[in-house]
Amino acid sequence: MVDIAITNVQPDRAAVASQWQLIWWAFKRHRLAMISLFVTIALYLVALIPGFFAINDPTLQNARATFHPPQRVHLIDTANGFSLGLHYYPLKLTRDPETLAAIFTEDTSRKIPIALFGRGYEYSVFGLFNTTVHLVASTDPSRPLFLFGADRLGRDVFSRVVQGAQISLSIGLVGVFISLLLGVVLGGISGYYGGRIDFVMQRVIDFVLSLPTIPIWLAMAAALPQGWPATMQYMMITIILSLTGWAQLARVVRGRFLSLRTEEFVAAARLDGVSEGRIIFRHMLPSFSSHIIASVTLAVPAMILAETSLSFLGLGLQPPTISWGVLLREAQNIRSIATAPWLFLPGIAVVIAVMALNLLGDGLRDAADPYNK
Amino acid sequence: MLKFIAKRLLWMIPSLFAVSFLAFVLIQLPPGDYVTTYIATLAASNEVIDQNTAASLRERFGLGDPMLVQYVKWMWGILSRGDFGISFEWQQPVSGLIWERMALTLVLAVASLLATWAIALPIGVYSAVRKYSVGDYLFTAFSFFGLSVPSFLLALLLMYVAAVEFGQDVGGLFSPEYETASWSIAKMLDLLGHLWLPVAILAVSSTASLIRVMRANMLDELPKPYVTTARAKGLSEFRLLTKYPMRIALNPFISTIAWLLPNLISGSVVVAIVLNLPTAAPLLLQSLMAQDMYLAGAFVLLICALTLIGSLISDILLALVDPRIRLE
Repeated sequence: MVDIAITNVQPDRAAVASQWQLIWWAFKRHRLAMISLFVTIALYLVALIPGFFAINDPTLQNARATFHPPQRVHLIDTANGFSLGLHYYPLKLTRDPETLAAIFTEDTSRKIPIALFGRGYEYSVFGLFNTTVHLVASTDPSRPLFLFGADRLGRDVFSRVVQGAQISLSIGLVGVFISLLLGVVLGGISGYYGGRIDFVMQRVIDFVLSLPTIPIWLAMAAALPQGWPATMQYMMITIILSLTGWAQLARVVRGRFLSLRTEEFVAAARLDGVSEGRIIFRHMLPSFSSHIIASVTLAVPAMILAETSLSFLGLGLQPPTISWGVLLREAQNIRSIATAPWLFLPGIAVVIAVMALNLLGDGLRDAADPYNK
Repeated sequence: MLKFIAKRLLWMIPSLFAVSFLAFVLIQLPPGDYVTTYIATLAASNEVIDQNTAASLRERFGLGDPMLVQYVKWMWGILSRGDFGISFEWQQPVSGLIWERMALTLVLAVASLLATWAIALPIGVYSAVRKYSVGDYLFTAFSFFGLSVPSFLLALLLMYVAAVEFGQDVGGLFSPEYETASWSIAKMLDLLGHLWLPVAILAVSSTASLIRVMRANMLDELPKPYVTTARAKGLSEFRLLTKYPMRIALNPFISTIAWLLPNLISGSVVVAIVLNLPTAAPLLLQSLMAQDMYLAGAFVLLICALTLIGSLISDILLALVDPRIRLE
């Protein structure tokens, strides 16, 4: 793909372009990867300031809205004369006279307009200042808008999904960062020195890779005390996930080091008396950092899936911490999802995030490969 | 060849010991022990246990010894008489609880592995031969979807559809009348009738990457001159594909068994818990929660051993197919 990219821009520009520029040109031609890039950026933006995108307080319980179904947002109002503008109708709760099952119907006589950049509950931005401005806000706080419905305690699922993005998406990044650190150090030592160190390290990597991860995670997560504060739990879960995740990255790094070790420019640097640290960081690392970035991008979604599975089984993060896995625990038994299928919606968020990151990583890998046609 | 297998088998011994030690350390990690958990459960139902009883319980289960002593005792029991210790919760030997569940875990893993291959192989070849066709794009989309959906979500979704749309309960591996029955042909058929759902769920998530591998391998082989030669000699397209490029492309396919099997077993844990299958996973989770350490340890050990054996088989198969690996 680099070839195509080069022929499409002016040839003299391609000749002087840096490696990163070439990768960017190749990447831009990959439409699906570009879309994924935007989706990923949007998701991480939400994760950065979830309060702004949430509508209702994600922890607020509402006994009157138990299993409140999702509401539709309308643009054109015809029930109360004709008017335009975003609005919704509150749902009226009635009970089936025979089964006593809750029935929700739209009460079209009461129109509630939606305010963009309106006022809602108070939240903090990066812990720096507090504000009440939200992207979407209801103008009638006594009849809240449930875009994705409500759970068994009447909490707003949409706002919880938005809030959960913060934990679920960041756990992938932090976990991968720790595995990368372990992977680069151990894989680098193994590949750079070779010989006996490499042999031992190879066996260790093979061993870690042949372990079934989920039973190991379960056993480690079961060891965490239940009463720990949320931040400690978060740290421990990321460490647990990285303890098995580093091997894959270490293998990639080792392979690169081995093939670069015999390159002329490395030999030249060594003959010039350059120190080993400088050879590794100044000469070797830049020539495969694009590969590392691609592998890292592909490792993030795996981490997100792992956290979700662990929390879903009840051994990962614990409520009241909000993550996508914790939210999906609400959908654990068949009876609650039969009454409230919208409890699956956090799962859609997981699928979108993981798919976007996978496609992004795939596109990066293709773009970073200079031999890819 | 024999030398290669012997070397590989020798490697199994330290690996198995490492795995057993890892399993033991893992189940020792939680603070407290089974007796603490047991007292806590009793306290929850307003029963009080005195210090002497607790001490005698610890004495009986050998929980007072240092960890290394406990480990050596445990290993010695396993190696000398196949004794995995006693399950505190069930009050019976662990070996009586695990084997049937481990066997079903193995059945599930192997069935999923075969299903994965059966699906990924033809699709991979098709995607390579008809590169950039509508079918290729469809399968690519499918494989990215399969990679992105957590298997437990798929299991939940299918259970929901089966329960709401068809009024069927698809959990478990046996119908109620066969659950405690002894093995017979009818029970086997009943198992097959239930097995397809977890196998399908597991296959969806594992075929995805394998389709990509197969497609890439085939794409590497197809433009080679020997393919053109074979075609020029008038070989039918199907025979040509199966006889030459597919056999070479199959090589990395076999090596994937080494990571496919751990992935499948790992993935089957979550699916089995959601679908409440009588495999090792639900009992493993339960025993981990209750700190029933010998039971949990036996499961972790056996599941890890299973994946080690899987990678051994894949190495041997690979050496059989590819002589270069033997000579390395």
